[in-house]
Amino acid sequence: MPLPMTERRALPGTAGPPPPAADVAIIGGGIMGLAIAYNLAVRSRLRVVVLEASFLSSGASGRNGGGLRQQWSTEMNIRLMQESMEICRGFARDLRFNVWMRQGGYLFLMRTAATRAQIERHIALQNRCDVPTRLISTDEARQIVPQLVTEPFVGASYNPTDAVVFPWPFLWGYAAAATKRGVTIHTQTPVTSIDRPGTGGFVLHTARGTVTAGRVVNAAGAWSPRVAALVDLALPDWPARHEILSTEPLKPFLGPMVSVLESGLYVSQSMRGELVGGITLHEPKTHEIKLGSRLAFLHAMARGLAELMPILGDVKVVRQWAGPYDMTADGNPIVGEAAGVPGFFLCCGFMGHGFMMAPVVAKYYALHLLGKETHPFFSTWRLDRFASGGAEPESMIIG
Amino acid sequence: MPRKLILCRCEDVTADDVEHAVGAGYRTVEEVKRYTGFGTGPCQGKECLATVARAIAAAAGVPVSTLQPFTARSPLAPIELKHLAVAPAPSDAPADD
Repeated sequence: MPLPMTERRALPGTAGPPPPAADVAIIGGGIMGLAIAYNLAVRSRLRVVVLEASFLSSGASGRNGGGLRQQWSTEMNIRLMQESMEICRGFARDLRFNVWMRQGGYLFLMRTAATRAQIERHIALQNRCDVPTRLISTDEARQIVPQLVTEPFVGASYNPTDAVVFPWPFLWGYAAAATKRGVTIHTQTPVTSIDRPGTGGFVLHTARGTVTAGRVVNAAGAWSPRVAALVDLALPDWPARHEILSTEPLKPFLGPMVSVLESGLYVSQSMRGELVGGITLHEPKTHEIKLGSRLAFLHAMARGLAELMPILGDVKVVRQWAGPYDMTADGNPIVGEAAGVPGFFLCCGFMGHGFMMAPVVAKYYALHLLGKETHPFFSTWRLDRFASGGAEPESMIIG
Repeated sequence: MPRKLILCRCEDVTADDVEHAVGAGYRTVEEVKRYTGFGTGPCQGKECLATVARAIAAAAGVPVSTLQPFTARSPLAPIELKHLAVAPAPSDAPADD
């Protein structure tokens, strides 16, 4: 049925020229940019435009494993993820999109006593934040996932309230709710250059026209250094390819996301029944964004899964793909206004874990832009921290 | 086209689903794949891609020749993990893209 014209104009992905002026221009139509736009739109009357070079979900937001966990090593990330989980639990009700969320927990297996000692410290911190993580024996791990071969492991860290989701509908939900409140979202609209007139603000030249904006938010993920270079700002984050695969759908059998800390292997069962998972394959550091899939990954993942759960040997893999982690030296994001470029805000460097963080980070990002509240992460994760050695390192970067 | 006609048999995506995706502003094959889930099942779009592309074109009012297919993903056909697990590692194979 054709939609009324008024509604048609508000659709995401409008192919026409972007509006000539905006209060806030967000570069990047992933979950971070869309969620910031949505959170601004529900709290203000600012004119917000989202400029996406490709299509919504074309970057890491559409390529990740859909994990949501509170098992982190720093209090900042633990507490943020607790709040993000609550937002996600209400997402279907508030944003009117089913995100196929399932709170089956996360089970981290460990091979060495050294890893276990480190994880015990994380668990103590998580417990102080009221996250009910427990260190469990391999026997108990097998009670939770009977298919596991646990001989190589010395224990596991288990939090039953962690979850998996289907990532894509988050973007449709944020995009639809933002456009309904007046945000304009432009796909296939790369920003090619940015002028900074002496009077302040920014003039963004895109493939489809020019937007004058008071403030700019760089939420371009692994592409954020390229966007920052348009205002002569050098960012220290770099892209790292991570590969992932999906199997044929199986009847529900796997409760938690299962991960092996030492190898970076992770696997979960989505609400669609598929197993989705990846494993760390180290590559030399590069500034090139590589998204090709490799046979080497299929081999490594198949071996890892067959050792972990031999019964999975008969399961068929149907698809593999890759996505870019947006890496930083201390494992923490880069947020806030860039010193030296007034009005240019950063929201990047989320280390392949930005999807789960976006619902809560975007909320506080909007409150910060509106001058209502500044969350402590704006201080901890500011860009200039790298000059003085960085923040407390986050060690729970998996995949 | 009957609204409940199934275009993607792996993921039960109907003509109505595709029209709805186009109505919500998603007008490329990559976007409709992600909005509806079509082409993400065991056949990976080998049965349904052309049919869905025609449905997108009809709903969006554009020639089907203006649409690009989605990125093909390996493996070519579903394969058991055990075969990959025991095969020799492709150590000297070109590792990229």
